[in-house]
Amino acid sequence: MSTLVLVLVTGVGLGALYFLVASGLSLIYGLMHVLNFAHGVFLTLGAFLGWEVASRIGATGWPAFLLSILVGGLVGTAFATVTELALIRPLYERHIEQVLVTVGLAFAAVALFEGIWGSDPIFITGPAWLDETTTLLGARIPNVYFVLMIAATALLASLVVFLRYTRYGMIIRAGVENRAMVTALGIDVKKSFTLVFAIGGSAAGVGGVLAAHYTGYVSAHLGQTLLIFAFIVTVIGGLGSLSGAAIASVLVAVLQQLANYYLGGTGDLIVVVALAVVLLVRPRGLLGRRPA
Amino acid sequence: MSDFIRTWWKLLAGVAGVVFMALLPLLNISVPGVLPTPTYQPGTLALLSLAMVFSALALSYNMLLGTGGMLSFGHALYFGAGAYGLGIILANFGVPLWPGVLIALLGGLLIAIVTGAISMRVSGIPFAMVTLAFAQAGSVLVRRNSSVTGGEEGLSLNTEHVPDGLVGVANTRNLYWFALGVVVLVYLVALWVDRSRLGHLARATRENELRIRVLGLEPTRARFVLFLIAALSASGAGVAYILLQSGTVPRAVSADLTITVLVMVVLGGVGYRWGAVLGGFLYTILDQRLTVLAGSEAIEGLPSVLRIPLSEPLFLLGTLFILVVIFLPGGIAGTVETRWLQRRRADALTELDDDADEAQRPSEVRP
Repeated sequence: MSTLVLVLVTGVGLGALYFLVASGLSLIYGLMHVLNFAHGVFLTLGAFLGWEVASRIGATGWPAFLLSILVGGLVGTAFATVTELALIRPLYERHIEQVLVTVGLAFAAVALFEGIWGSDPIFITGPAWLDETTTLLGARIPNVYFVLMIAATALLASLVVFLRYTRYGMIIRAGVENRAMVTALGIDVKKSFTLVFAIGGSAAGVGGVLAAHYTGYVSAHLGQTLLIFAFIVTVIGGLGSLSGAAIASVLVAVLQQLANYYLGGTGDLIVVVALAVVLLVRPRGLLGRRPA
Repeated sequence: MSDFIRTWWKLLAGVAGVVFMALLPLLNISVPGVLPTPTYQPGTLALLSLAMVFSALALSYNMLLGTGGMLSFGHALYFGAGAYGLGIILANFGVPLWPGVLIALLGGLLIAIVTGAISMRVSGIPFAMVTLAFAQAGSVLVRRNSSVTGGEEGLSLNTEHVPDGLVGVANTRNLYWFALGVVVLVYLVALWVDRSRLGHLARATRENELRIRVLGLEPTRARFVLFLIAALSASGAGVAYILLQSGTVPRAVSADLTITVLVMVVLGGVGYRWGAVLGGFLYTILDQRLTVLAGSEAIEGLPSVLRIPLSEPLFLLGTLFILVVIFLPGGIAGTVETRWLQRRRADALTELDDDADEAQRPSEVRP
């Protein structure tokens, strides 16, 4: 029983991490129809710079941890905003080229990170509490999972509030629905393109710092590894659907942890099988509106 | 120049190029700064053979992206299936080389049928994501089952059943000719695909799928067959790869490799067969030269702000790729052909103007 609880809770925690990456991807795809391959490098840069800051002011303290999260988020935001303005915007409406540019950016950035921080993982430390466990229904659960869940819940809540109750949120929702109509009403959709990139980048940057604490290390490939799972999550959830991404994140991660524990470490493969099944049964994903 | 003469001219240039490449191992040509050794020595032959294997892979990818308009991130799966397939067969089943090659190709085709049928449930960007997921699953399988695939270490070629002429550094020439054969074969397949009804249908579907459906044609099957031909060609390139490198590493099935091939095709020019070949050569040789440059003293002496980016060949290639996508949308081949077309059109216009002048002149002299 306690094992099952452990597997389920760690699954939800991992799902929270997937959601931090997938939410940005899903928003960007929904509004701009761009598959952002560079999303993983936003995350990686956030993780590296977050760690650089934390290690300078004493990595085991809480202020360092909180500051590294802030730095990760800001770095992700800045990187994503610059990417959108410098690389995506000049290729307006040319979706394949936009995807290619993000592929090139990811390719170049990973190589640059390897040049700066080396190709071996850098092992990191955080506040001691993160490595301790809390007992829940007899299962001893590492505290880092709770941090992930809190972060993802906060992100989801603030995204929902932002999208529901603010003017820009409304423009983004309307843009996802029918971009041509929003433009025709005289609203500058381009601003909201930069905005969704900034939001996605900040979530990815925060996700990067937390992912580093989750895995225990930072490496140049950290983001790209997570990105593949985030892609799977967004397809299963339905492209462009935020709630779909949230549900699929948890489902996929729980399934993955269950398979890892009970089916001899086959989690990665089970996830791909799940993707194949979803595509065969429901090609548009769980909550996707139009057939993709 | 009439179209007829131009076709023959192109054919002649192609044949001359292949003959020249075939004769290279017998010649002593040095190109300092581009090729590491004179052309008859194994160093250069191995580099050029690798370039040809990647050209073949790029040609197969161009069938998908250029002809079919399908952006796949899982093409390395079929390349890896060819390479690992042949490696595993030779290591475990004691089959001679050529039947082994056939089985490896069939294996690649089988994987393509299953994964292709599922991923073609969606198209466009979702298709790209799904193919990526399949390639990732293949990569995980290869890394996990180290007893069969050698895991992270890679699988080295068991040469017991490989003809002696294709083994060892001394026989790099023969492997070079083999790689040349593969790239010519894949080129001919690509040419046939582009000229066939299948290719026309795939291109038309790329431009406007709805219209094709309204015309009562079946685009899905054409795309699927195109996907299978491209995958089979990639498996062929994979077979050449393992023979050439005497082994294969997990990178041969990774998403990284697909992205590398994508970079080659885009640099060369999407939709141009000679562009794909050029991209394969350009990438392989640049990668090799930039790696040499990274280790050179000139780079060592620079301050770290310049040294770190310049000593990462992939960073430079990635940046080059971004610049090409933004500033040269047709890649090298596309830019060259567009310029050439513009010049021809300009020439044709001048001729027309001349004709018009002549036609007008009599009316002007008329009082």
